[in-house]
Amino acid sequence: MRETFVATTTALLDEDPRTALVLADISADAFAPALRRHPDRALNVGIREQLMVGVGGGLALTGMRPYLHSYAPFLIDRAYEQIKLDLGHQDAGAVLVSIGGSYDAAAAGYTHQSPGDVALLDTLDGWTVRVPGHRDEVPAMLREAARHDDRVYVRLGVQENAGAHPDGQRLRVLRRGGPLVLAVGPMLDPVLAATEGLDVTVAYTNTPRPLDTEGLRLLAEGEVMVVEPYLAGTSARLVSEALSGLPHRALHLGVGRAEVRDYGTWEDHARAHGLDAAGLRASITGFLG
Amino acid sequence: MTVTMLRRLTGDEKHAPSAHSTLDVIRVLYERVLRITPATADAPDRDRFLLSKGHGPAAYYAVLADRGFIPEDWLDGMGRWHSRLGTHPDRVLIPGVEVGTGSLGHGLGLAVGTALGLRAQGYPRARTFVLLGDAELDEGSNHEAIAYAAAIRLPLTAIVIDNRSATHGWPGGIPARFPGWSVSLVDGHDHDQIEKALSVRDDHPHLVVATVEPKWS
Repeated sequence: MRETFVATTTALLDEDPRTALVLADISADAFAPALRRHPDRALNVGIREQLMVGVGGGLALTGMRPYLHSYAPFLIDRAYEQIKLDLGHQDAGAVLVSIGGSYDAAAAGYTHQSPGDVALLDTLDGWTVRVPGHRDEVPAMLREAARHDDRVYVRLGVQENAGAHPDGQRLRVLRRGGPLVLAVGPMLDPVLAATEGLDVTVAYTNTPRPLDTEGLRLLAEGEVMVVEPYLAGTSARLVSEALSGLPHRALHLGVGRAEVRDYGTWEDHARAHGLDAAGLRASITGFLG
Repeated sequence: MTVTMLRRLTGDEKHAPSAHSTLDVIRVLYERVLRITPATADAPDRDRFLLSKGHGPAAYYAVLADRGFIPEDWLDGMGRWHSRLGTHPDRVLIPGVEVGTGSLGHGLGLAVGTALGLRAQGYPRARTFVLLGDAELDEGSNHEAIAYAAAIRLPLTAIVIDNRSATHGWPGGIPARFPGWSVSLVDGHDHDQIEKALSVRDDHPHLVVATVEPKWS
C-alpha cells in the first residue's frame, strides 16, 4: 500500500499544482524524485511532526491541498493538538496518510504502534477516515481527496485482503445470511474465514468515517458484530446511535487496550488480540451462542 | 483613537498587560507595513499577519476596528455570548483574522506553512509576519519551526514581544534561540524603530525582538 501511495501522490504532484506534500523524514527516500521535481511544494521538514501539521495548516490557508505522511503514532498521536487546532479550528483541511497503525510495526514495539489513531480523530469533527483493505483501493482514495478541501485520514496497512473492493465507501454486502458482521478494511478476509459455514451476513467498508449508518440500520436486524483493525469499540458510539431506538445486541472486536509487550510479526499480534480467523470465530460464535 | 477603542474592551483584565504590550507593534504593522485593507482581506497575494500570541487580543481587535476590518461596536462585549470577539481570536468569526489562536506554540508553524504556500503559488511580494510572546518560545513546537525556517532560508518575519515573562528566561537572550535568522532589536513602543525593523526584506527569516516593560514590574 505504501508503494501505491508513493506512486499516486507523486503523480498527483506532477498533475495538479494545488497539491503539496509534507514529510517528516519518513518515506523521504521513496519520495526523492517528487522532492527533487517540486521543491516548492514537496517538502521534508525533518523529524518535526508538530511542524509538519502546522505547515500543512498554513499551506491549506493559502489555498493549497497538503498531503501529510508519517507513522501513525507520530502523525496522529504526537501531533494531536496541531491536528485539532492547526487544521480543525482553522477550518482548514489536509490529507493525512499514515503507515504503521495498530501493530503493523510489531517488532518495533509500542513506540511505533498506534491502535488509537481513529479513536483520537473521533474526538474531532469532520474527519473522513479511509482504511483500504487492498492496495488497489488506495489510488482512487487519494485522487478523490485532491478534489476538495475536507479533512481526510488514509490509514495504510501491511495486512491486505486477497481482492480489492474499490466501492467500499458504503457498506458492501459480501455474504448474505443472519446477524451482521461488519468488517473494516483489512479485517475482511479474516472475517470471511472466521464465519465460513456460519449463518451470518458479512458486510465490508473501507470508509468507517463517516460510517454508513443507514446501511447499518438496514442490515443489522437486531444483532451486529463490528470487526475493526484498530482499538476495539472505536465505532461503538456510532453503532449505538445508528441503532438507537431499535432493540439490538452488539459485539465490538478490535485491538485490545492492554499493550502486548512482545515483538514478532503483525500476524503474532493479530493472534494475541484475537483478530486472526480462529480468534474471531471463537468470539463470534460465543456472542451468537 | 486606537487607545480609546482599547479602553472599550472589557472583560479580559487578567490579560491586560499582554494585550497592551502588543499595541504599538500591531499599529505599526497595520498603519505602515502590511499590504492589506478590508477590501483586500481575501486577496490571495495579500500580506499575512498571524497573531500567535492569541491571549490578550484587545490591542489586535482595537486596531482591526480602527482600520475598518470590523465594526467598532463589536468592541463592546468581548467574550460575551453572541460576541464575535473572544478572549482568543477566531479566524472563522472575525474578518481579517488569519488564524485562530490561544494555545501557545501554533502560530509560527502555521506561518511557515503560509509563507511556503505563498512562495509555491508565485506571490513573491506577499510577506508573512507572525507575532509571539517571549514565554511562548518555551513551547517545543516553536523550536521545530525556528530551525526549519533557518535551514531552508524561508523569508518570513517573526516578532517577539519581550516583556520577560518566560519563567526561566533565555540564556543568551532571545536572539540566541534563533540561529540562522537575522535580528533587529527595537524599543517596543518606538514606532519608527519598529517600522524600520519590519521593513527588512531578506532571502532568509528575520526576527524582530520588541522590548517592552517587564510583565511583573
